[in-house]
Amino acid sequence: MMRRLLATTLCLLLGACACAPQGGGDLGLVIERATGSVQIVRSGPRPAVVARVEGLGDLSHATAVFSRDQRYAYVFGRDGGLTKVDMLTHRIAARVIQGGNSIGGAISQDGQVVAVGNYEPGGVRLFDAGTLERLADIPATPLAGGGRNARVVGVVDAPARQFAFSLFDTGEIWTVDARDPRHPRATRYPDIGREPYDGMITGNGRYYVAGLFGEDGLALLDLWHPELGVRRVMDSYGRHGQRLPVYKMPHLEGWSATSARTFIPGVGEHRVHVLDNDQWRETGAIEVLGQPVFIVMRPDNRQAWVNFAFPDNGKVQVIDTESLRVVRTLDIGPGVLHMEFTPRGEQVWISVRDRNEVQVWDPYMVKRIATLPSKAPSGIFMSSRATRMGL
Amino acid sequence: MSTTPSTTSTDRRRAARHAAAAALAIAAAWSRPGAAAVGGSEPAALSDAQVARISSLLIQDCGSCHGLRMTGGLGPALTPDTLRDKPRESLITTILQGRPGTPMPPWNPFLSPAEAGWIIDHLIEGQLP
Repeated sequence: MMRRLLATTLCLLLGACACAPQGGGDLGLVIERATGSVQIVRSGPRPAVVARVEGLGDLSHATAVFSRDQRYAYVFGRDGGLTKVDMLTHRIAARVIQGGNSIGGAISQDGQVVAVGNYEPGGVRLFDAGTLERLADIPATPLAGGGRNARVVGVVDAPARQFAFSLFDTGEIWTVDARDPRHPRATRYPDIGREPYDGMITGNGRYYVAGLFGEDGLALLDLWHPELGVRRVMDSYGRHGQRLPVYKMPHLEGWSATSARTFIPGVGEHRVHVLDNDQWRETGAIEVLGQPVFIVMRPDNRQAWVNFAFPDNGKVQVIDTESLRVVRTLDIGPGVLHMEFTPRGEQVWISVRDRNEVQVWDPYMVKRIATLPSKAPSGIFMSSRATRMGL
Repeated sequence: MSTTPSTTSTDRRRAARHAAAAALAIAAAWSRPGAAAVGGSEPAALSDAQVARISSLLIQDCGSCHGLRMTGGLGPALTPDTLRDKPRESLITTILQGRPGTPMPPWNPFLSPAEAGWIIDHLIEGQLP
């Protein structure tokens, strides 16, 4: 009774709209990278911006992961900031400056530990997902000359409460067993190839894949058989022609795969590579209009949407995953940085940085259905990522 | 990014020398005014449209590797401290021609020497647009 009275009072104080109990499953987060703010958005029949949360620092290249109940987003900022955003009250629940220069992170399988990958100081740090208390520091391999460690890229969560990541400078993959997060145990896989630029884990958590910038191919770790070590796949990757200058690094994401095929952006190529998921052999390549950055699968797996590096970053192409053909080329607007589907794929949200807007498309009609104002938006993260390994 | 029409033939030649065919097509679409406004400052003054375009390029595209605040990322930090001891001309060359063996690409399809100089001067002075 008392509680209900309190709730009613709170309602009156906050205004009626904030009070109706609501789920968080159709919420999302949009990074406004130049202003250090994020927007909380709602997908569905009437896509809307729900709120803006400010004070998150330098959000260039920021990413986010979600608590298992989808209420909290953990935002990784370039300035080393780790911010826990309450998606329901639109407040910063906790924030720490945990490093000097970071690139991203992951949340553990059980949702209890957040791992942040840092460029400076090079390494990974583990935090309590509730309080953001630091639990452990895992320095990466020291670089010659002293003073610095290798920079960390491609941090993902993996089964059995592990994390996996790659080291750009020293060409390694590490896995970390974080079952006891104050005493994590790292396993190193050296000599995976030059300059891994990003990593991803397949949706079932079996394969960790690092893309190589300094040479051709991908480094593949089978987490069912870590004793077999890392092997190289797709050695011909990038050798179809001369590599072009790369004006923006491509990204690898766990949902660039169907049940049978994985789609990988070519580095310095106007091409998307197609690999079969069993043997990790290249079975095809799709010519596209520029250097692909993100390849995002529609949840029904029938289409993949692709955006491109500067100077082709105003367009998006749609690939039919059955015929492996480009079926649509869309002029979206200047500075398309990211695309994110709603959980069941009836909408795709597209950030258009230089037009200060987020566009919402119906991917079946291939028609824009809404446009939302946003300040230089970059990454879009739907809360349904909470339920996906590696995202 | 703002775009403005017309490209000088030297720009086209430079792009052709250094960029792949695909980049070339874009360079034409992405060109800048042929004549910069004459100004007293060293080096050549740039038009407002040029400044707007390369300011955006500096923050967004350089920033995607070097950080929006140029504090570094996969690319090194480009703060006044890190650049102070390096010769201006070699820094301009790095922008225009890239650094072979590293991810730094050549920007000469998209930037003139004067524009690269403008970027270097602003970085050295720590004046981000």
